[in-house]
Amino acid sequence: MSGRPEDVPPVLDVRAVTKAYGRGDALVRALRGVSLTVDRGDYVAVMGASGSGKSTLMNILGCLDVPSTGRYLVDGTDAGALDERQLSILRNRKIGFVFQSFNLIPRMTALANVELPLAYGGLKAGERRRRALAALSLVGLADRTRHEPNELSGGQQQRVAIARALVTAPALLLADEPTGNLDSASTRDVLNILDQLSMAGRTIVMITHEDDVAGHAKRILRLVDGQVVEDRRRSPVAGPPPKLAGVTA
Amino acid sequence: MNALEVLRFAVRGLAANKMRSGLTTLGILIGVAAVILLVAVGEGSSQAITQNIQRLGANTLTISSNTMGGGGGGGGVRMAAPQQDSGPRTQAKGLTVADARALADKTGAPSVRTVSPVVAAQSQAAVYEGAGHTIQQLIGTYPAYFDASNKPVASGSYFTNDDVLAARKVVVIGRTVAENLFGTLDPIGKRITIGGVPFTVAGVLKEAGSAGFQDADDVAIAPLPAVQQSLTGFGPLGQVIVQATSAETVDAAESEVTSILNARHGISGMAAADYRVFNQAALQETVSAAMGTFTVLLGAVAAISLLVGGIGITNIMLVTVTERTREIGIRKAVGAPRGAILGQFLAEATMLSLVGGLLGVAVGVLGSQFTIAGVQPVLVPGSIVLALGVSVAIGLFFGGYPAGRAAKLRPIEALRHE
Ligand SMILES: Nc1ncnc2c1ncn2[C@@H]1O[C@H](COP(=O)(O)OP(=O)(O)OP(=O)(O)O)[C@@H](O)[C@H]1O
Ligand SMILES: [Mg+2]
Repeated sequence: MSGRPEDVPPVLDVRAVTKAYGRGDALVRALRGVSLTVDRGDYVAVMGASGSGKSTLMNILGCLDVPSTGRYLVDGTDAGALDERQLSILRNRKIGFVFQSFNLIPRMTALANVELPLAYGGLKAGERRRRALAALSLVGLADRTRHEPNELSGGQQQRVAIARALVTAPALLLADEPTGNLDSASTRDVLNILDQLSMAGRTIVMITHEDDVAGHAKRILRLVDGQVVEDRRRSPVAGPPPKLAGVTA
Repeated sequence: MNALEVLRFAVRGLAANKMRSGLTTLGILIGVAAVILLVAVGEGSSQAITQNIQRLGANTLTISSNTMGGGGGGGGVRMAAPQQDSGPRTQAKGLTVADARALADKTGAPSVRTVSPVVAAQSQAAVYEGAGHTIQQLIGTYPAYFDASNKPVASGSYFTNDDVLAARKVVVIGRTVAENLFGTLDPIGKRITIGGVPFTVAGVLKEAGSAGFQDADDVAIAPLPAVQQSLTGFGPLGQVIVQATSAETVDAAESEVTSILNARHGISGMAAADYRVFNQAALQETVSAAMGTFTVLLGAVAAISLLVGGIGITNIMLVTVTERTREIGIRKAVGAPRGAILGQFLAEATMLSLVGGLLGVAVGVLGSQFTIAGVQPVLVPGSIVLALGVSVAIGLFFGGYPAGRAAKLRPIEALRHE
């Protein structure tokens, strides 16, 4: 791409990745050769019809799944070459994943859920608590730390999930339809948080069906039948996200 | 992620599902306690029966007359002799002291160690300074009787062969008699009257406990001639107790006794004997065999309850892990290494089965302190180890194995799990 120093690898480097589910008659080719790079600080929205392979791609990016063929590098390391243990460290340190369905652990408080990645990262309890509380107040939930998921609204649950994804300060924040289950007010909250994070230099990739939501991103990818058919940049990688451009300008 | 952290996660995991954790613990508890108690009751009744038999004396043959109405003495146990016909006969002879002497002859009966002729008088009134007691059974015999019938004295002494020869009026009394006549006083050397005849108390028998419906401590034992002179007269003996030289020679002694008595009583060929020989060892063998069957039966029941308990544990563990596969997926997605997940689930399973198992042991041990259905249970350490070991092993395996499998899944597979 443009203006990137040669010695800094892109945060994401996807090379000719394919993914097929099942075999024989039931074979589904969800991805048919996707190549893309995402630089540090970019804010990418992935769009496409239902079944076009967005979630499949996202799961591979998050190292939750493995591609059938092709290579995938995070921050310059080849995910396919890592063993189970190194993969778990990669997931813990470099990637924060936000699911459409929140995926908080039930019967654990918001605070404990947010602390979870830090615990697996080996942080001391005090430091863990401090950082989890900071992440929760960043998403505006400082007053809900003792609540369990079933005591929180969908929007609040999604914000807890974002706090959990952020708390390790990962290089990459991945969000699969983070606003898919939310009403418009909660959607606005969540998008605000993402804009702020982008403003702060965090790299974000999110899936969405809605043009409004995609309008927050600096770059929009469109997937059709497992292939990237459109890659449109709306604002520069280094600058603020489009919705905040007016504010800072 | 250190071990302590994993343990804390496990505690939190258990606390998050208090009801299920409680029920699992309860299931293990009941299984373990049931096995321990069942085996303890089996062992208890087995020991009680063996003790009851041993209380009758070891390596002994009891010979009783076949013509008399009842023969009087004995422990109330009677067994048919090998001879089938036991109807009344005209020429039947009672057992005599001469018979007893013949049995004591070392050349004719080398397997016989001691011979004690016995006469018994039932329900004898005994008096000491105004205190009265009806002794259920007064036995007249030789000193060898104490050893043969397993009746050691607790205080004082036995009477001697001299006392027998001189027909001295000395008596060794059972615990019940001592308590009723003397209360807390020391009976040794005191003079009591039995059936109006004065006797000097030489010793008090060790407490035997009640054997069946009879109080084995409600007895008095005196030299044979003294009892014959004063109370029963010199008629036929009630019984002759023969002690064999060892447990191995009891059967030999039985055949020696039989041939000597057959000769003396003129019994030959098909003619029915006028006496019966009751073989202690034979009874013990029969009962041992029966107890063996009983123990196997109880063991089978215990094994089945352990199996059922084990299936219960398996079930809950499998459901728990399956239900939490999604949670495992979430944990993996935020970067949990496989070891930490496996460790947490193993620790949860260990805690559940250990706590349940140990509580079960506690309940089992506590329960075995009480008499259950008339049996005082006796703990068998092996059953505790087995019950605890099996339930913990099952808990560990079925808690750990599916968790290990789930932890091996790719995060997305675990997350998609329903
Ligand atoms: N585990 C799976 N097994 C078999 N086929 C699958 C699996 N997951 C996804 N697919 C198939 O792969 C294709 C792409 O699915 P994917 O979930 O990536 O779509 P998507 O773009 O996220 O759709 P949506 O917008 O509805 O979420 C679909 O045809 C789907 O049926
Ligand atoms: Mg999807």
